[in-house]
Amino acid sequence: MSDALVTAHDLTKRFGDFTAVDSIDFEVQQGEAFGFLGPNGAGKSSTMRMIGAVSPITSGSLSVLGLDPATQGPELRSRIGVVPQEDSLDVELTVAENLMIYGRYFGLARSVIRPRIEELLDFVQLNGKRDEKVDKLSGGMKRRLTIARSLINQPELLILDEPTTGLDPQARHVLWDRLYRLKQDGVTLIVTTHYMDEAEQLCDRLVVMDQAQIVAEGAPADLIVQHSTREVLEMRFPPGTQEENIAQLSGLAERMEILPDRVLLYTPDADATSTEAHARGIRPVAQVSRRSSLEDVFLKLTGRSLVE
Amino acid sequence: MNTSLRMYERSARVYKGVWRGSVFSSFVNPFLYLIAMGMFLGSLVDEQTGGVAGVSYLEFLAPGLLAATAMQTGAGDSAWPVLAGIKWQRTYPAALASPLTTRDLVIGHLAWVATRVALVSVIYVLVAAALGAMPLIDGLLAVIPAVLTGLAFAGFVTWFSATLEDGIGLTNLFRFGIMPLFLFSGTFFEISQLPDWMEPIAYLTPLWHGVELTRSVALGTEPPFGLLVHASILIALIIIGAAMAVRQFRKRLYV
Repeated sequence: MSDALVTAHDLTKRFGDFTAVDSIDFEVQQGEAFGFLGPNGAGKSSTMRMIGAVSPITSGSLSVLGLDPATQGPELRSRIGVVPQEDSLDVELTVAENLMIYGRYFGLARSVIRPRIEELLDFVQLNGKRDEKVDKLSGGMKRRLTIARSLINQPELLILDEPTTGLDPQARHVLWDRLYRLKQDGVTLIVTTHYMDEAEQLCDRLVVMDQAQIVAEGAPADLIVQHSTREVLEMRFPPGTQEENIAQLSGLAERMEILPDRVLLYTPDADATSTEAHARGIRPVAQVSRRSSLEDVFLKLTGRSLVE
Repeated sequence: MNTSLRMYERSARVYKGVWRGSVFSSFVNPFLYLIAMGMFLGSLVDEQTGGVAGVSYLEFLAPGLLAATAMQTGAGDSAWPVLAGIKWQRTYPAALASPLTTRDLVIGHLAWVATRVALVSVIYVLVAAALGAMPLIDGLLAVIPAVLTGLAFAGFVTWFSATLEDGIGLTNLFRFGIMPLFLFSGTFFEISQLPDWMEPIAYLTPLWHGVELTRSVALGTEPPFGLLVHASILIALIIIGAAMAVRQFRKRLYV
């Protein structure tokens, strides 16, 4: 036995005829931040719900904290924290009351919860909002409160389903910072996202999911090395001229990805490729050289981009 | 601590913020009925007939209205609030991520509804007693069958709400279910006034049993089928409704 916190083997979830998760295998190790990256509808949320013991598995096997979600649901749930995709706070209660009520769901004594509320409000930087009604909070604050709520039982494993979807960039960075701290405190994180930068920022290891299956697995940097070149040169051409330009680009890069609005050239050295292209007389209206990202990995593996 | 009490505690805390408006609106309606029907229409009835079932119309109506109010509170609290918990506010999915189970949610909810029905009923009895429509002590005793009546509806309405996607079904439930029961289940007149063929139908409605039980406790009379039969029917309905609600919660939320 490894010391994996979560082990899934042939894990499958079907809703009638629809297969949401199609016999996937993965292991999450103690203390790591593990990501599920994929577009909407890839099966990430269904997987999270099975791990969180709020959705029965159809077939295969799943063990979380050494427990069976089917028969040991309440015990399992008492030891994990969940940040759901949609906010589910009690809007007519105050910030502190939300945490108190949620702590009570876990059977914690009020005297235990009270100091935790103060600690958690500090942690998510909501101390000034302690007695504010949840209704009045911004989207970012609600998310932070949801994270505080998920920590009220001091979970060993925290599951976050698209924690930053719909937030502005600043709010996202605050959230990432908090999650990073949790990880440093030894909390194991499982995060789903369709943002590659989020996956790159947060995850030690991740799986890329597409159409109910895992299509790649590894550390973000390794995935990029394995499936992409070091750099990418993106070129935009005037409308209608992309095709004639593409003809002239052949042989310039290891691989070329043609999107409706731009062309991606995969190359070890984007600047050198750019110089060469200009020498051939190619004049894009705009171009960017950048490092390869998980988006490029996904594009190569599925032929589609992540956020559509 | 019993796990279903944790859900009860949440409802109580939410209620703390809204109780004033809620208590007011739940007693104002029956109060108006008592005045308009019980006192004014009642004086006409009493003049013509010398009372109903051996008592004045006001005394006849007051316990019936108590049961009907209990029904409306039990059904109302299990309608929109339950659908909100499942769908709009997602309180139930949030709670299910904790150690609580669907059974805890339903039992906690019904326990809370019982509290609410009791609260509304006690206030109603105090007002009715002040108006001389009910003896105070017997009226307070009648709160017990009123709570059974409220719960007999709460279980089924909780189940029904958990099958819905939007509030239209609930509007229809109240328009075509609760309202006709309110009018034809012996609250305002004895069901022997109904055409003969309709009488057995009234036996099938939970409210009729609730009205008869509540009235017999308040007036100190013997109900048509005996106290035990009416009470057993209500208790059976509560258990069946609660079981259906748990099953539907599981089907809806544990997928």
